[in-house]
Amino acid sequence: MITRHDLRHAGLTGLWFMFLTFPLVVIKINPIEHTVHWRWSNMVWIGVVSFLASLTIRLVQGRRRTGENEKQQSLLQTSVRQFDLLRRPAFFRAALITSSVLLISFPLFFSSYQVNILTTALMYVVLGLGLNIVVGMAGLLDLGYVAFYAVGAYTYALLHLHFNLGFWMVLPIGGLLGALFGLLLGFPVLRLRGDYLAIVTLAFGQIVRLILENWSEFSKGPSGIANIARPGLFGLTLSPEATITYLYYLMIGLVGLTVFVVNRLQNSRIGRAWQALREDEIACQAMGIDKTKIKLSAFALGATWAGMAGVFFAAKTTFVNPASFTFIESAIILCIVVLGGMGSIAGVMVGALILILLPEYLRAVADYRMLAFGAILVVMMIVRPQGLIAPKRRTYTLPSTHNPVNSSDVPASDR
Amino acid sequence: MEYFIELLFSGLTRGSIYALIALGYTMVYGIIGLINFAHGEMYMIGAFTGLIVAEILLIYQFPLPAVFVLTALAAVIWSSAYGFTVERIAYRPLRKAPRLAPLISAIGMSIFLQNYVQLVQTADFLPFPSLIPEFAFLEPYAGIIGSTDAAILVVSLIAMLLLSVMVKWTRIGKAMRATAQDQKMALLVGVNVDRIISFTFILGSGLAAIGGVLIASHVGQINVFIGFIAGIKAFTAAVLGGIGSIPGAVLGSYVLGLTESLTTGYVSSDYEDVFAFALLVLILIFRPSGLLGKASVDKV
Amino acid sequence: MFPLLTVNKLSMDFGGIRAIDKFNMRINAGEIVALIGPNGAGKTTFFNCLTGIYQPTDGELLWTLPNRSSRTLNGLKPHRITEQGLARTFQNIRLFRSMTVLENVMIGRHCRTATTILGAVLRPPSVTREEKETIEISFALLERVGLADVAHERADNLPYGAQRRLEIARALATEPLLLLLDEPAAGMNPQEGQELEALIRSINNDQIAVLLIEHDMQLVMRLADHIFVLEYGRLIAEGAPEKIRNDPAVIRAYLGEEGIHHA
Repeated sequence: MITRHDLRHAGLTGLWFMFLTFPLVVIKINPIEHTVHWRWSNMVWIGVVSFLASLTIRLVQGRRRTGENEKQQSLLQTSVRQFDLLRRPAFFRAALITSSVLLISFPLFFSSYQVNILTTALMYVVLGLGLNIVVGMAGLLDLGYVAFYAVGAYTYALLHLHFNLGFWMVLPIGGLLGALFGLLLGFPVLRLRGDYLAIVTLAFGQIVRLILENWSEFSKGPSGIANIARPGLFGLTLSPEATITYLYYLMIGLVGLTVFVVNRLQNSRIGRAWQALREDEIACQAMGIDKTKIKLSAFALGATWAGMAGVFFAAKTTFVNPASFTFIESAIILCIVVLGGMGSIAGVMVGALILILLPEYLRAVADYRMLAFGAILVVMMIVRPQGLIAPKRRTYTLPSTHNPVNSSDVPASDR
Repeated sequence: MEYFIELLFSGLTRGSIYALIALGYTMVYGIIGLINFAHGEMYMIGAFTGLIVAEILLIYQFPLPAVFVLTALAAVIWSSAYGFTVERIAYRPLRKAPRLAPLISAIGMSIFLQNYVQLVQTADFLPFPSLIPEFAFLEPYAGIIGSTDAAILVVSLIAMLLLSVMVKWTRIGKAMRATAQDQKMALLVGVNVDRIISFTFILGSGLAAIGGVLIASHVGQINVFIGFIAGIKAFTAAVLGGIGSIPGAVLGSYVLGLTESLTTGYVSSDYEDVFAFALLVLILIFRPSGLLGKASVDKV
Repeated sequence: MFPLLTVNKLSMDFGGIRAIDKFNMRINAGEIVALIGPNGAGKTTFFNCLTGIYQPTDGELLWTLPNRSSRTLNGLKPHRITEQGLARTFQNIRLFRSMTVLENVMIGRHCRTATTILGAVLRPPSVTREEKETIEISFALLERVGLADVAHERADNLPYGAQRRLEIARALATEPLLLLLDEPAAGMNPQEGQELEALIRSINNDQIAVLLIEHDMQLVMRLADHIFVLEYGRLIAEGAPEKIRNDPAVIRAYLGEEGIHHA
């Protein structure tokens, strides 16, 4: 039921937002010709939308609080339970196989334009999974992750430029250099926690980008490096379409490798130690875990994937410049991890696909892409902080006293 | 020598602007322990609102001093309104959430506001009119300090002075300090904590808006991205001085302003921002709680 | 019997405040020792010094292994101290809250297992075996503290008393020679208290020494072989339970004028 009180509240909210957005949304000045353009219709829109939004939120909250509509409640419960289906091993395996088949056959049915877009999305899956190690598992908020991506991209660009090294040669080097930079960042921030860590990593990301921008002798500055070679295939020359398909399958391979490695790490002594670090730093140490080692390993391993994705990025676009590695890029990758579900591999994959593909296909949305990213971060934190697919706790079978079950028989369900 | 003094004044000017923004960071951190990542956007919104109001007033040919005062006033009012709203929407529901949640929410807010202004206004640079007249009495020192620099120094000093008086002696200032020290206790002795937190956001955003109008008038152009970089620098200043401490924020801001001004003057201007960030990293490594901050001891 | 831990003139300052003042203590292998004293006497601070969370201002912590080789614990990082064979629980429970009960215990095995990053990825037989062993030992420990049937619950879903027992299981997973328990009975009902007493005894039967901070005086008197009394950071009495029970300094300082029997 909508009460008069609800209406009053929504009305006031509408008025407040009309006032709040008045100068920026209604007035547009032309400071060169000194003319003013009034856009009163915008104000009406703001008022109506915020009135309705406020009313909806109030109704939903009110219903949840009183629980008056139990049907609705149970409906919600079932939908949540259906969502949990995703986590059943059998369902999960089926989903895994289906999506693998779909992914592998994708280039057969779609144009190279589509394939190219999906390749980009898959690259973000790798980036998201890498950042997920640092943020999702170890709980270290890294806002400068894009720096490692840049390291990888420039590694390939520079090694190709100066020494004519090929993609396959540089891919592991990019990963290693990424890891090295991860350690470089990790050492100084060992003692920092939470917010301070976040800001220092952000500063680190900025420093790397600013150096690339200003040290022209080294990096060719803002104009960047062009004509980077695409990956070779036993010396064959590929047509442009074939190259795109080839890159796509390479990316699928890299995603597969990432998922395999990250999943195994997560369900291991190392992964548990990362999670312990995230949960309680002091108890973690008291359990005999070397905080220094485990933090550094998280930074290094997370950065490795960014380094490799960077090499791939340079090979895909054949051009790198510092503008590709701004803070916003870090924020997008963070958004992927948060939206998908921190600590959940499947979640990160879903997050990357949604956030990268949606703006590509909904052109109308494209202009609002970053606006939506920002809003998603806020709304997710408030409504569903665990993300779309919450990490699942792994269960182990009880070993009977005489014949303990081998733990490797347990399907390594995704968390 | 004259060059040095010029750099000194330009450093102090920068420092004053940083201080106006850093105070908002430090007050919010002191009270709810949150790095209000969207704070830089309050400064940007202040500058944009200021530009819009100033242009309109100039078209109607208001006298310059009136334009300046009304522009600053409008910037303060709307920035404060945004600060208040942001806290209500993005932070208040997360009071009891895990520590990273409000920070991520704040980053989201920052991205949102930047793109919101970009959508409803423009992503391009806009020229900002000079609102501060040339003072005749500063003419002989023109090589050392300009009128705008002088105005920035004076206005920001007055703002900081008023803030200190308010925090120290007024009722609401005392309530703020009580809330900062122990929120539960403050609640028990009858402080309306929600209202104090809102007030802190309003105050911080207002100060940032003053900074926004002053610097925009000084530099002569603005765009939607000025908030991000200024916000990070001001945060650096706040951390430098010891976040949570009001005198610390001011001290940190002047240290940062002078460092930047001297290094760009004597070393290279290309790496201005690199110096600032490197300073932040170094300070946090060697003095994790800043210059005037107290080391926090973990209760085990 | 040999001295497992010898504490010599340990002092700890915070700013200008001396929280612990020239404290001496000796714990023999296999003993149950209690550390008692009023709130704020410095008991938990002592635990924190012992486990490397604080660095003591002055004094020495000497650790003797069963082969009689001695080494100092001063300056060791917390995880190194755990490796030496000291494990602890926390007064204000510090579990890995969003992890499962079983995983909490498995983390305790960290310092007794060796899987590297490469090993975790490649999973050679040695790693599979180690992982299996970790699960078995952890389950066994959960059975021992009576939590096996909630092994896959989130740790923060457990009731209070169960959380305290889980902390003990987690500490035992590190294979300690000395177990430090910080107010293990706090918040427990009498029934749970009795179970706890039995658990501590059974731990002690495995030749694990126990150092206990506890306010439940009856529990302390029943369990402890030796009691140390701390007040304002100073040792005011030590000895067998009967001696402490009748020590006038303890009665005056710690129990007030009413005496132990009413405590």
